[in-house]
Amino acid sequence: MRSTWRTLVSGLDRGTARDIALVCVADVLVGASFGAISVSGGLPWWVPVVLSVVVFAGGAQFAAVGVVLGGGSAAAGVVAGLVLNARLLPFGFAVADVLGTRWRTRLLGAHLTTDESVAFALRHDDPARRRSAFWVCAVALFGCWNLAVVAGAFAGRLVADTDAFGLDAAFPAVLVALVVPSLTSSRTRLAAAVGAVLAVAATPYLPPGLPVLVALLGLAVAVRRPGSRPPERSSEPAPEPMSVEECR
Amino acid sequence: MMPLVAILALAAGTFAFRVAGPVARHRVELPQRVEQLLSDAAVVLLVALAVTSALMAGQHFAGPARPAGVLVAGVLAVRRAPFPVIVIAAAATTAGLRLLGVA
Repeated sequence: MRSTWRTLVSGLDRGTARDIALVCVADVLVGASFGAISVSGGLPWWVPVVLSVVVFAGGAQFAAVGVVLGGGSAAAGVVAGLVLNARLLPFGFAVADVLGTRWRTRLLGAHLTTDESVAFALRHDDPARRRSAFWVCAVALFGCWNLAVVAGAFAGRLVADTDAFGLDAAFPAVLVALVVPSLTSSRTRLAAAVGAVLAVAATPYLPPGLPVLVALLGLAVAVRRPGSRPPERSSEPAPEPMSVEECR
Repeated sequence: MMPLVAILALAAGTFAFRVAGPVARHRVELPQRVEQLLSDAAVVLLVALAVTSALMAGQHFAGPARPAGVLVAGVLAVRRAPFPVIVIAAAATTAGLRLLGVA
């Protein structure tokens, strides 16, 4: 096992290794904020910690906890998290080749699939490099993320008056920082704007947790304008076509 | 409150999304439009969550201090400021306004 890991690490070029380290630093900060915001919002310390280990998807974790802390039901939180994580479905197809054929590594690799590890895998064409970039990023992030959440959860208990420190603004600010880089196409921006207006307008009338889901109606705008694709899609190396029987 | 069963449900659903590709890779390919729709859905949901949690506390307006901080975050994010700068600036703006008596 250790020698496999060494092979993977030695397969990395310097630039990729440095970028993975930078992503880890950024995610440590996001993870620590997640732990601190969850606990200072009133959740027991183990909720963010267990969520991070078994869900391991930052956006969905924030979404679920955000809905619950906003007064929504746990079910609404779960639905919000699942909608966010539906984007992992195409990611799984994109990196299926680096997960190998053994069941153990396939299941483990699937659980460690994140925006970041997929992005690093897609940067390379050479299969060995893809594998190295994916696995090193995935394992490093899993370690950093979960340790950071634990640290944040305990730091969050020390803050008594969270509003005085502006921590209620930190949660939406984290979301903004996460999402702004994805607002690349005018189509996505329009759908997001329509969705946000609908959600805010619905908030006084619907039970907490539901307004955010109402925002998905904004997607109708995106569907009706199928012509415009986000520009970054075309520059990304498409997952190489395998011998696939097209499903219709 | 977030009971353990809710956490496990989210974990199970998430794992299903992740593992479908590696398991089905050789049988199906996801149409690009579906792929696009899923990633759009994620962005729409994140933006809606950011905006509602910036503006609203429960079912009412949260007061100006919080949205002002989040607005600062938005400007910094568009200008590609580093993550910690964005979050700290937002919290500091909101805390500063409250110190000045703006709720």
